[in-house]
Amino acid sequence: MAEINLKRVDEIIEGYKGEEGVLIQLLLDIQNEFNWISPEAIARISEQMRIPKSQIYRIASFYKAMSLKPVGRHIIHVCMGTACQVRGAPKILDRIEENLKIKEGETTSDMRFSLKRVNCLGCCAMGPVILVDGTYHGKITSAMVESILGQYE
Amino acid sequence: MPRIRSKADLKALRKTIVGHRDLNKPYITLCSGTACHATGSDVVAAAIQEELEKQGLTEEVGVRRTGCHGFCERGPIIIIYPEEICYLNVTPEDVPEIIEKTIKEKQIIDRLLYLDSETGERKVHEQDIPFYKYQTRLVFSGNLWVDPTNIEDYIALGGYRALAKVLNEMTPEEVLEEVKRANLRGRGGGGFPAGWKWESTRDAAGEPKYVIVNCDEGDPGAYMDRSIMEGNPHRVIEGLAIVAYAIGSHHGFFYVRQEYPLAVNNLAIALEQAKEYGFLGADILGSGFEFDVIVHRGAGAFVSGESSALMNAIEGKVGEPRPKYIHTSESGVWDKPSNLNNVETYAIVPLIFEKGAEWFCSIGTEGSKGTKIFSLVGEVNNTGLVEVPMGTTLRDIIYKIGGGIRSGKRFKGVQTGGPSGGIIPEQYLDSPVDFDELTKLGSMMGSGGMIVMDENTCIVDLARYFVDFLCEESCGKCVPCREGLRRMREILEGIVAGKGKEGDIAMLEEIGAVMKKASLCALGTTAANPALSTIRYFRDEYEAHIKDKRCPALVCKALISYYIEPEKCTACLLCSKNCPEDAIDGGKKMIHVIDQSKCIKCGICYDVCPSKAGAVIKISGTPVPAPIPEAKRKIARGKGKGERRV
Ligand SMILES: Cc1cc2nc3c(=O)[nH]c(=O)nc-3n(C[C@H](O)[C@H](O)[C@H](O)COP(=O)(O)O)c2cc1C
Ligand code: SF4
Ligand code: FES
Repeated sequence: MAEINLKRVDEIIEGYKGEEGVLIQLLLDIQNEFNWISPEAIARISEQMRIPKSQIYRIASFYKAMSLKPVGRHIIHVCMGTACQVRGAPKILDRIEENLKIKEGETTSDMRFSLKRVNCLGCCAMGPVILVDGTYHGKITSAMVESILGQYE
Repeated sequence: MPRIRSKADLKALRKTIVGHRDLNKPYITLCSGTACHATGSDVVAAAIQEELEKQGLTEEVGVRRTGCHGFCERGPIIIIYPEEICYLNVTPEDVPEIIEKTIKEKQIIDRLLYLDSETGERKVHEQDIPFYKYQTRLVFSGNLWVDPTNIEDYIALGGYRALAKVLNEMTPEEVLEEVKRANLRGRGGGGFPAGWKWESTRDAAGEPKYVIVNCDEGDPGAYMDRSIMEGNPHRVIEGLAIVAYAIGSHHGFFYVRQEYPLAVNNLAIALEQAKEYGFLGADILGSGFEFDVIVHRGAGAFVSGESSALMNAIEGKVGEPRPKYIHTSESGVWDKPSNLNNVETYAIVPLIFEKGAEWFCSIGTEGSKGTKIFSLVGEVNNTGLVEVPMGTTLRDIIYKIGGGIRSGKRFKGVQTGGPSGGIIPEQYLDSPVDFDELTKLGSMMGSGGMIVMDENTCIVDLARYFVDFLCEESCGKCVPCREGLRRMREILEGIVAGKGKEGDIAMLEEIGAVMKKASLCALGTTAANPALSTIRYFRDEYEAHIKDKRCPALVCKALISYYIEPEKCTACLLCSKNCPEDAIDGGKKMIHVIDQSKCIKCGICYDVCPSKAGAVIKISGTPVPAPIPEAKRKIARGKGKGERRV
């Protein structure tokens, strides 16, 4: 969901108060909980942890695992690790981009899918692999893309 | 569980654990690393549980979920003890039969055994499968048997004995001496001698001192660190505690990628248990030595795996490298002396103290001792993690263990050393793999990624891929790396797009040379390797792209066309149905024709064309033949299998 429950944000912040060097860990928790980090959440952290907003934005934009934009109902991770690359991952990514009419890093306008690329999901034996909301689809071909995406509403 | 207070306590505990275990009791182990999660080990585990309950066997039969066995191509893998019967690619549907036949009636189910495709023989035991037969699994051994969430499994195998020995019988200086004698070199990248590195941190002024485990594993295509952390975290904790003792550090960090949730989870459990049993915390094993550890999750940035960048990240800052004249051994985390090593490096340490430096030195080559785990992936038959003595040849790894190239294709090259390593061509297949040999070949050991490529991999496109990866990952702090990579990417993108020019190769070489000399961190100094090593070994492929606008491997989209060979087309309609652009003029009993102006080169027609027909081909460097005239497109079916054209 795109909505961020600020109460929950406060709870997460509470767990880190008074500790040093925890900003990355805190942001990761928020990311994991809501799949993105909203401006409101950042304002909250800045206020309560007494960290300048600019510093939070710098961290959140540096790390791949953090997203400053809301995400769709389903997140597609296309593995572009080397093993998947040599087994044809670029063709899969192309096909998904063409099918959803978005580019990697974007979300469809109906908020159905967000598309991300990742480096090695750790199951290279199944490559090329895509991960949709926690389900791995391995050894796929471009021709299978449409029916896989069709499984997600 | 009361804390263990001495070496004798540990020995007694081990005796009790082992004594309570009935070695004749049937045991099912199921590998449950990430790769097997992906292939369904969770459902298999649930099915085993259900079936045992149904049969009322939960008491008689033990079940254990272990870490990764390495043969991920064939997971999930089940091993049934005491006979050690190994079943591959197990599905939930196989489970009732396994319990009925193998557990109850002691019969072997042939179908689930490994089939040697050459001899047609089935193999019952894991060690007899070629993939394992030629390996020497030392670091990985625990993964076969240990449930990572149960410290007693590790203790039963002799775990924490090395720590007890070190704390009770050796001075920190003696520990350093032993590691120096073992000539242990770091497994995370550069192969730096570990003993010397620890000594410099030990000798550095300043307190406290920190020891850190690098499990950032940014190399896309390598996952051995993850498998160790997921499958046998105690071995790393034990190694870390030994190193901490040698250095005189009381605070440790685990830096683990957050994309590795199972590793983070199993590590957290292991740390809790290690504390509870007294292998961490105050007065460890009665020695007076105190040591605690914190887990820090990494947030996904390749450059943050570099030592000074990682230390910035631990402080909660942006994970960018610091200037290189500052040594982290003197000024690392919070400007205190800090020692960083790779997961595998720490995991080797207990082995050295268990079996001695001489033993360790008996394995490997002159300059590189012990074993190394490689992630053997790409176009090879047996994909997975393999552990071999240093000095094993590439050929043995790829052919004997890896079973050769998939679909009988031809070997083209193997990429070692991660994105900033190099690609090694066929003529060097007999080179022994160790730190120095790989460097000589213009590549490097890196963390142990080994990506095998066949004739269908375009080397230029692959170089572009690595440069693109590094360009995205460069933190942008220093000019040679940031601008050099960007310019290299532009050139390579031009070449694969068919816009390569005379002079491009020379330009790539020149930029590469500057980056090597002038970049701030090792990302930049090695970033030109993929381009330089491929130019060195595959120059003709670059030239084909640049001069003939031809992609010899038929990969680069801009340089290929799809074409249906009229005499092979059986008018099965598959390609025309699947073409997302309606670019194929099909029809029943009509030879199909691709409208080149509509084709977006997605390659679906090529993939779906039945292999028996093989009518769709890729063409590069020559014009696409004109479509056959309408009048000749009709296919008339004759008697028998063949078709006749009218
Ligand atoms: C860009 C970059 C990324 C790195 N990533 C990793 C990594 O993911 N894991 C790792 O162990 N070492 C990585 N290293 C190497 C570390 O800087 C460091 O040398 C290593 O962790 C030291 O451990 P070792 O001596 O046990 O090999 C990286 C280096 C660079 C320059
Ligand atoms: S390559 Fe793609 S677009 Fe072109 S004909 Fe084949 S399926 Fe259609
Ligand atoms: S490269 Fe895709 S899973 Fe490893």
